[in-house]
Amino acid sequence: MTNYIIRRLLLVPILLIGVTLLIFTMLQFLSPVERSALYVRDVPRNEKQLEGVIKKYGLDKPLPVQYWRWLVGHVDPLSGERTGGILFGDFGYSRTGSQPVIDLIKHRFPNTLDLTLWAVGPVILVGIWLGVQAAVHHNGWIDQLGRIFSIVGTSFPTFVFGLLVLMFFYANLRWFPPGRISDEFSSLILSDSFHHYTTLLTIDSLLNGRLDIFWDVIKHMLLPILTLSYISWATLLRVTRSSMLETLRMEYVTTARAKGLPERDVIYKHARPNAMIPVVTLAGFSVVGLLGGVVITETVFNYPGIGSAAAAAAQNLDVVTVLGFALFNGLILIVSNLIVDVLYAVIDPRVRLS
Amino acid sequence: MTNQTKSVIDNSLLKDTISDRKISWLERVLGPDNYRIVTGLLRTPASIAGFILIGFFILIALAAPLIAPPANPNNPYKIPRDGFSSQPKPMGAEWNRNQPPLPFWWKPIMKTDQWVHLFGTSDGQYDIFYGIIWGTRTAFKTGLIVTITTFLIGIIVGSISAYYGGRIDNVIMRIVDVFMTLPFILAALILAAILVPKLGRSLLPSMIALITFGWMGYSRIIRGDVLSVKERDYVMAARVIGVKDGRILFRHILPNAIFPTLVLASLAIGDVTLSFAALSFLGIGVEVGYADWGQILSFARNWITSLQTYWYIVVWPGLTLVLFVMGWNLVGDALRDVLDPRMRGRI
Repeated sequence: MTNYIIRRLLLVPILLIGVTLLIFTMLQFLSPVERSALYVRDVPRNEKQLEGVIKKYGLDKPLPVQYWRWLVGHVDPLSGERTGGILFGDFGYSRTGSQPVIDLIKHRFPNTLDLTLWAVGPVILVGIWLGVQAAVHHNGWIDQLGRIFSIVGTSFPTFVFGLLVLMFFYANLRWFPPGRISDEFSSLILSDSFHHYTTLLTIDSLLNGRLDIFWDVIKHMLLPILTLSYISWATLLRVTRSSMLETLRMEYVTTARAKGLPERDVIYKHARPNAMIPVVTLAGFSVVGLLGGVVITETVFNYPGIGSAAAAAAQNLDVVTVLGFALFNGLILIVSNLIVDVLYAVIDPRVRLS
Repeated sequence: MTNQTKSVIDNSLLKDTISDRKISWLERVLGPDNYRIVTGLLRTPASIAGFILIGFFILIALAAPLIAPPANPNNPYKIPRDGFSSQPKPMGAEWNRNQPPLPFWWKPIMKTDQWVHLFGTSDGQYDIFYGIIWGTRTAFKTGLIVTITTFLIGIIVGSISAYYGGRIDNVIMRIVDVFMTLPFILAALILAAILVPKLGRSLLPSMIALITFGWMGYSRIIRGDVLSVKERDYVMAARVIGVKDGRILFRHILPNAIFPTLVLASLAIGDVTLSFAALSFLGIGVEVGYADWGQILSFARNWITSLQTYWYIVVWPGLTLVLFVMGWNLVGDALRDVLDPRMRGRI
């Protein structure tokens, strides 16, 4: 076990260096003017300013030097002030957001976290439940329905599904609007009377005792959650089903049946826990995916998370900002993949022993 | 010589136990394993439905100039515009300005010379029907180019990694890990945003982005197959008689390892089209007015609050995209069953 975890941990620095190198390489496609946004707030206007910036921050130095600068930033010899340096959380300035990229992330990430929090339950539990039902009723009509559902689900692009549910539930029925919060509350949550305990809007509104705001926020999140769920259910259903079918064919399940256990216990107490092993990893990765900001879903529903911010920046060709988001995303992914892998070893002895 | 004759006679004794199976020419060409994959696909109802859908779209793509004749034959991918007003026109509205040539099938059915917007127009008066028909060509074009290129890159990287093994394998696989760390759409989005100012708005930036972050899956799959094939006796034999590495890899190992990856790749066109449409939907890629499904769908974003009136901007291109992807997925789903060794003998 320890051995496995150590080996897995050793991969982390390699991935970190790899991802930063990859992003750094993409930065090199940009002109010095664009790259100056890594260090200064205002884009240099004339030749002279630009030359000064290039010289000061070493944008013309050899690549290894530039890479190091990019990592640790530039320290002013006189004031000792540090500018740039992704290791210190300075990802440069966002031209489109007109603020430091890291501040943009700080504003947007709680919204994505909020969405993830509320989407995880329906995404995972319902997906697994569907898969188990399909396997238990193997080749029955529930299984066939599940099969159709999963093929249609995997073929449905997120944005088409999102636009369609918007059409029905917003344009036609006016039930669930896009966005984050209704206009009547948007200034209220910024005022002093509304305390931000966690920065997660749903939890904060409950803590403030404002059920009306809570309901309003949930109403805005329902359609994105539905979209995310529908797309993930298809894959979860498929994996759970095949894993469950495989487990149900094992001899210990036959033994359990032979000794006369009720079918309920055989399925839910004996078969399901073992069938869950591959499912748990997949579920873990889908949560990680949600956390990374779901670019398309957030864009369709105009939801102000990190995904839609990245998409908006990319649309305006503000590459420094998008790369900042990618960096943040990469870090989240590396850490959470590590957690998922270690958890996997904890629940499945075969992994840690091999 | 006599020994050989004898063994033939011995075999004939077995003939009663082994069923006297006819081996078709196709099986002779493909070999038993690959033949099983092909016949498996042709026998599953789901994959037949998939093939029919794909065939339908191939027909549309081929007949595009007949179904929706272009206004300017030199640049058929530019969707003709009926004016510049932002208000979309409903389905069946008459063409007022810049009407492209009438398709041959319209007059016999409708008995009129007036060409209409069959599926309505988007804002900016782009004809949706035209965009969908010519978008089919865009879908196949981008799908094929991206799939073939990612497949080739994946094959080369994966087989080199598996063939040489050891440290080279380790390094290459870590590079694969790094490329897989960033979420696919985000990574493609960045690269496309970097390339657009350099290459201009065209199919190219999105395609390069999808290729750069799309090859890793193939290299992992082919790596597994090469690892198993390279242990076979005939590879050892080739090595013993001094065949060069490149020749062993490309002439002896790859032909025997490539088929499953090849089939998987050929079905990835659906997924590639989907990702490409997603990038267009996010506003990265082709110029406004290019016949591309994702872009037509992105027009709907301006009309979210009144989609009950302008539903046709979402429904028609959306349905087209779903059916296209579903065609490939139906075949792909059947393929997964055929390739799964646990399912062997059940199809």
